[in-house]
Amino acid sequence: MALIELRDIEKHFGPVIALNGVSVAVEAGQVHCLLGDNGAGKSTFIKIMSGVHQPTRGTILMEGKETVFETPRDALHAGIATVFQDLAMIPLMSVTRNFWMGREPVRRFGPLRLMDFGRANSVTVEKMREMGINLRGPDQAVGTLSGGERQTVAISRAVYFGAKVLILDEPTSALGVRQTSNVLATVDRVRKEGIGIVFITHNVRHAMAVGDRFTVLNRGRTLQTFARDEATIEELQDLMAGGQELATLEESLGGTV
Amino acid sequence: MADTESSKTTPADAEADERVRQVSWLRRALVRPELGSICGAILVFAFFLIVAGDTGMFSPEGAINWGVVSAQFAIIAVGACLLMIAGEFDLSVGSMIGFTGIVIAVISVHWGLPTWLAIIVAFMMAVAIGAFNGFLVIRSGLPSFIVSLAFLYILRGLTIFLAIATTRQTIIGGVRDKAEGDWLAPLFGGKVFTGFFSWLAANDWIRTFERGNRAGEPVVDGIPMLVLWAVGLIIFGHWLLTRTRFGNWIYAAGGDAQAARHVGVPVSRVKILMFMFTAFCAAVFATCQVMEFGSAAADRGLLKEFEAIICVVIGGALLTGGYGSVVGAALGALIFGVVQQGLFFTGVESSLFRVFLGVILLLAVILNTWIRRSITGER
Repeated sequence: MALIELRDIEKHFGPVIALNGVSVAVEAGQVHCLLGDNGAGKSTFIKIMSGVHQPTRGTILMEGKETVFETPRDALHAGIATVFQDLAMIPLMSVTRNFWMGREPVRRFGPLRLMDFGRANSVTVEKMREMGINLRGPDQAVGTLSGGERQTVAISRAVYFGAKVLILDEPTSALGVRQTSNVLATVDRVRKEGIGIVFITHNVRHAMAVGDRFTVLNRGRTLQTFARDEATIEELQDLMAGGQELATLEESLGGTV
Repeated sequence: MADTESSKTTPADAEADERVRQVSWLRRALVRPELGSICGAILVFAFFLIVAGDTGMFSPEGAINWGVVSAQFAIIAVGACLLMIAGEFDLSVGSMIGFTGIVIAVISVHWGLPTWLAIIVAFMMAVAIGAFNGFLVIRSGLPSFIVSLAFLYILRGLTIFLAIATTRQTIIGGVRDKAEGDWLAPLFGGKVFTGFFSWLAANDWIRTFERGNRAGEPVVDGIPMLVLWAVGLIIFGHWLLTRTRFGNWIYAAGGDAQAARHVGVPVSRVKILMFMFTAFCAAVFATCQVMEFGSAAADRGLLKEFEAIICVVIGGALLTGGYGSVVGAALGALIFGVVQQGLFFTGVESSLFRVFLGVILLLAVILNTWIRRSITGER
């Protein structure tokens, strides 16, 4: 049974039909890549998955049960965590403060309720070490971390707080080569813990590096879903762009796309 | 496509990493919000010790003098500081001070109700207006700069109207006589440790009046409650910000409200509560002032909102929110008090104080920008 399954999701914004029948099922311990060009409906779709928008039509099944997410909090409680590329972290705050933001551990001190920095710091440092980031100290500002490291902090935060489904919105699109491979390694590590991952990207190479299944969106519809060995990079790329135009473009660029 | 782009950016990233790792402990110690205000405070004290050391500025009377002025700045700076870290401004602080004072005077002197009731009603009105202010900012999505600017005028106008409509004058006196024997008023207008100062005087360790009807009494007969309020609010603000879960929410709400909401921080509640706290601080300031002067005036608190904001900025807070320190803001207030009174002791033209304010504000903002760049690594 799939961890989360979305069936024939439609979403209309007034006269605009953003989604017109998208179906995706995410299994535990699998990376499900959501591919599509700009405007294909990827963002709208993950916003429905994370409770930001409600679908106009279609059903969401969480572990087999039909569910409605009224707010992002509902989705969060159900175990769906979203790591948005630009909204992951607050640069001026320390890694610890970011890691625990919204779920700070509290220690009673007589009638006072203080934030338990001892526990918060030790857990943060330990979790970061597990993900291969050696912090100078737990009070290090997130702003001093690289883009890839910030994604990793956000991912390990979501995992620590019990995410069953992790949605990653273009986690690699603004990163360099080395940082990208770090993030992909993190994704692989999280998958092995039995978490279902939705990986949104328009970079087919990054998707192929970690993906178990691939769903291609185009103009608000599911074009096709493949298992890992059913498709090649070229086929996926053709599908994403709608074939023809890219093929001619690719010729002139000498296969660098 | 993405790959070719990213390979170009990699060398720069590697460079940045190297730089981050080589950060010395000295630089790390420097990159603190309080840095500017600590240096400033040391400089200011050193300067006036040299220039005004023999003018009585650092005698007990002198110290109480600039201590009280600093405490006034500090009380409103603590509120402004927490609000600014939460990402908002309140420009209505000064008007709120005038408003609260007039409300107390009208209720106690003009209507003849007990002073404690007047103080409680004034505080409740101030905090309610603060909440409404915050509510408008949150619901309208407008910058708090504009919303609170509107309240700067609305409250000032209402204050003058209220004073004239009830007493036909803008200054209402007689508050102190009315407050005689009241149980709540001494909490704002009283003095503490008077026994300690009498004891010091009895042992000839501090100066006493030599003539007049207070002959034999110490010149400094106690610490004004105003100073205690300042110290209390600073400790509370610092503790709230750095030690509690709510403090983390204040940082988060100001650092990136959207990111904070995504992880379940009640951003709207945090911001509205901070508007209320700022109004509370203004009410404390106003009540202490009314009890000290024995009168309320509709033009009290002019420009106080800006002085509070300058204290906070000198204290290292960023105007954009998410970063700052209550201790820094308190040091900013101390710098202000010492300089304002120091100019008086040294006999320098007091209008130069405004010049000093402007210059130090510029320097502080430049320093803060540098600190932020050091933290976030942006160029």
